[in-house]
Amino acid sequence: MTTVLDPPAQRRTTPGDRLTGLLKQRETGILLAFLLFLAVTTAINPRFLFSSDGWRDLTLTPAILVLLAVGQAMVIITRSVDLSVGSILALTAYLTGRLGLDTGLPVPVIVLVAVLAGVGLGLVNGLLVAFAKVPALVITLGTLYAYRGLMLQWAGSDRINASDIPDSLLRFGTSSILGIPKLALVSFLVLGVAAYLMRTSRPGRELYAIGSDPDAAHLYGLRVKSRILLAFATSGALAALAGVLYAARYGTISSGAGSGIELEAVGAAVIGGVAIFGGSGTVLGAAIGAYLLTTIDRGLPILGIPDFWQRAVVGLLILGAIVLDKVLAERQHRKLLAERDQT
Amino acid sequence: MSSLLTGPETTGARPAYADHQRPWWQRLLFTRDAAVLALLVAVTAYSITSVPFFSNDITLYFLVLDLTPILLIALPMTLVIVTGEIDLSVASTVALSSVLFGVLHRDGVPIVLAALLALVGAAVCGAVNGLLVTRVGLPSLAVTIGTLALYRGIAVGLLGTTAITDWPKNWTDLAKQKLGTSMVPLVVIPLVVLVLAFAVLLHFTSFGRGVYAVGLSQEAARFSGVDVARTKLVLFTLSGLVSGLAGIYFTLRYGSARGDNANGLELQVIAAVLLGGVSIFGGRGAIPGVLGGVFLIGVIASALRLADYSANVIQIVTGLLLIVSVVAPSLIGWASRSRRRRGPVATPERPVVSEAAPPTHVPNGASK
Amino acid sequence: MSKKFIAGRRAGTMAVAMTAVLGLALSACGSSDTPAASGGDSGGDASLTFIPKNLGNAYFDASNVGGAAAAKEFGGTWKQVGPTEATPDSQVSFINTAVQQGAGAIVISANDPKAIGGALQQGRDAGTKVVTMDSDTDPSYRDLFVSQADAAGIATSEVTQIADQIGDSGEIAILSATANATNQNAWIDLMKKDLADNHPNIKLVDVVYGDDDDQTSFDKTAALLQSHPGLKGIISPTTVGISAAARYLSTSEYKGKVALTGLGTPNQMRDFIKDGTVTSFALWNPEDLGFLAAYAADALIKGDITGAEGDSFEAGKLGSYTVGADGVVVLGDPTVFDKSNIDDFDF
Repeated sequence: MTTVLDPPAQRRTTPGDRLTGLLKQRETGILLAFLLFLAVTTAINPRFLFSSDGWRDLTLTPAILVLLAVGQAMVIITRSVDLSVGSILALTAYLTGRLGLDTGLPVPVIVLVAVLAGVGLGLVNGLLVAFAKVPALVITLGTLYAYRGLMLQWAGSDRINASDIPDSLLRFGTSSILGIPKLALVSFLVLGVAAYLMRTSRPGRELYAIGSDPDAAHLYGLRVKSRILLAFATSGALAALAGVLYAARYGTISSGAGSGIELEAVGAAVIGGVAIFGGSGTVLGAAIGAYLLTTIDRGLPILGIPDFWQRAVVGLLILGAIVLDKVLAERQHRKLLAERDQT
Repeated sequence: MSSLLTGPETTGARPAYADHQRPWWQRLLFTRDAAVLALLVAVTAYSITSVPFFSNDITLYFLVLDLTPILLIALPMTLVIVTGEIDLSVASTVALSSVLFGVLHRDGVPIVLAALLALVGAAVCGAVNGLLVTRVGLPSLAVTIGTLALYRGIAVGLLGTTAITDWPKNWTDLAKQKLGTSMVPLVVIPLVVLVLAFAVLLHFTSFGRGVYAVGLSQEAARFSGVDVARTKLVLFTLSGLVSGLAGIYFTLRYGSARGDNANGLELQVIAAVLLGGVSIFGGRGAIPGVLGGVFLIGVIASALRLADYSANVIQIVTGLLLIVSVVAPSLIGWASRSRRRRGPVATPERPVVSEAAPPTHVPNGASK
Repeated sequence: MSKKFIAGRRAGTMAVAMTAVLGLALSACGSSDTPAASGGDSGGDASLTFIPKNLGNAYFDASNVGGAAAAKEFGGTWKQVGPTEATPDSQVSFINTAVQQGAGAIVISANDPKAIGGALQQGRDAGTKVVTMDSDTDPSYRDLFVSQADAAGIATSEVTQIADQIGDSGEIAILSATANATNQNAWIDLMKKDLADNHPNIKLVDVVYGDDDDQTSFDKTAALLQSHPGLKGIISPTTVGISAAARYLSTSEYKGKVALTGLGTPNQMRDFIKDGTVTSFALWNPEDLGFLAAYAADALIKGDITGAEGDSFEAGKLGSYTVGADGVVVLGDPTVFDKSNIDDFDF
């Protein structure tokens, strides 16, 4: 546990060590897989990467899933899971549309309200998990139903169309800065901040500590409950931000918006090396996992694989990733044992 | 492995032994199972008196037909969750067996043989889950999220745009057949047989006691001679097999083998099982309560539909019910604790040390 | 006080708490303002239950409005109930419920031609009339099919529009709804035939499925344009698909270069017609479709018609209709919308 909170004095590292260290990182493997897939698809069809739309979609399409995967990773790292993100996305996307239609508030205010709503919905999950001591799987399964039901109940037959959403928000959903779509920039920004905080900040490290060993974390004096709340509130906020992005990008919000995306988010995190039993993995890995999933989804037809098989490929990837993790972990374990025996 | 599914704090461990100091009827009455069953009776009574058309005997007929796949899969799911594992891939296995059944039938395989082969395929799906969990040592939540996508993907990939619908009428009628002139569907017979079989397996055999033992503590179970890996492998295979059965029923009832059959059914099954009092921590739960949970969800959905509600309200009620059912015990515990806290002697919260899975690899950036 | 007793009391209190949730839900049933249902259920003869493919679909919401208006005219009741996802098994539960309630007629858009057949047949045995609209079942399972337009007419209209827009030669693709949608597949087959017979220079390179989901349709459009760089046109015979595709095209480098046509509602497509992404598209009025289906169901209940070929009935403002072969009633030719007329429509 102490190794997590206070890294021991490191021995001097050589550039060679750094390189092998980098190669050993779980994120590197998944990044290589992503680049390999990208290279093969682009070799078959250069437009996949080298056209303005191809370049744009490469970063734009995964943006929503990246946000969800980052939030999901933070929750999973604390040894929980948040299955309600798809429903939170739907609810806040609809809220965004309604606010745009009914109130005429400026877009930043709309985004703020939607994100706050997401924090609220996430806090409901967090409170139930932290204080009622019920496993997150059960709670968020319940709120998955309840939140989507609420959205449908509220929406009734009033569906939001592109013409209902403020133009500035829609432009935000499709415009770019320096060739990079603004939505993708949002996801990069969130990813950067989350990765930095999870790596260096005290609350971030405590999330790892809690996930590694909840009882030890409690005995150590960490405020476990408030950290759990933090993780769920963040996941809710990011799901809400994803909802805003959804509204901005797709323009139409129907009853099925984001349905089933929760499993994709968990899948992205797992593929990206976040251990499902907590304590290990990074948000960066989860984000790369999201990139890999979405890009494979777009690339399969180009490789000549009918898109009906896409889900099967995703399934194989998830299984491959967790088996690989297990093998690597066991090798690491053996190595550590051997090192201990030597000294 | 049970700690995988638990919340961050596993302090709420209850004594697992039954308290035999009270008379048998109290022990029978004051249980979670009894609470669910009582609620089922109350809701049914309310619906019969207050919801128009609910009292028709055809309600029961439709109820049983609709609930059959959920009830079937809930049986092995109960055992799987009691061991502290979970199987999210069941609905995908339903779809895959339905599609296998359809493809084999289309290619001229006799229908009984096609059904058997589809069942074998489904059992293999279950066994793959089981092997990944027991031999490779992976968490079942992650494994079955992966196979959820994989099995569904194969099902959708095999059939693509087509649905296989030319089923012999006598077979599709069989799925909807009524017993004699009554409004009780024929499927009740295999259902009752399977419910009894699973109840006996869980509650009256040494295998069943092993299932509880595994759920309470894998270490203890191992030391008392339970083959943990074998138990789990058998349960996952059973889960696949029964899902295959549900797939064949699904195909015949709707006369249609499609890749998107039973989409999202896994969450309904798990909601019903948890509502029925099975603890997601493992080690606790019983078949009667699960039956109550399945029928409670079914009766509520049926009553709400008859009262002209659409799927959205049914979803809200199902979700809230699931949350309330699991949160209520904690809330009550919390309330009574805080009452005590106001008293002169404060009871500090004392964490109970649980078996914690050692982290399999060191968090990135921690050492190295 | 033993621990078990506390547990027992907990179970009891929990039952109370759970009953409270249910009580709340069920007592709300008592009140008549059920949001999902427009109109009460007085159980009169002309009580019509409308089951769309799924809830929250703009197209069916328009049909719902039309149906409710018609029911008001002839003094019947009309209510809409349905599943959240467009799957046949979830429709079956709602069909069964309508049958239990003794509905006079079910008006339904089928998610599968066969899978809901058994449930519909059961209803007909119990005296409930069955009218399919928009998407049909096998003819043996229903009394009437109110078709939006004759299938061949739709297919020809789509193919003619795209041929005009791309100069009658080049690669095109189709963005459809779900892979099992009856009407979509029928149109696609007819379009393929029409292309082969009358437009030999147009090559259909791909058919993709957006599942009537905005996000999927949007992403499939992107993938389509990338995997077929020579693509000159897209046909999307579904309202969800065409608006998602138009939205993608309008912000991409392909705007104005790749033609798009199909079936869409004017409200969803107005912006894209005006900014030049889309030249023209077609649709019948879904409100009229619901209106006609309601009148057809009423005529069946009253016994004015039996669904046999040659029967005819009055449908209020829409005039008189005659049942064609296989029990099909055709609403009329689709309207083609373009810059000149789109502002005349609001649905």
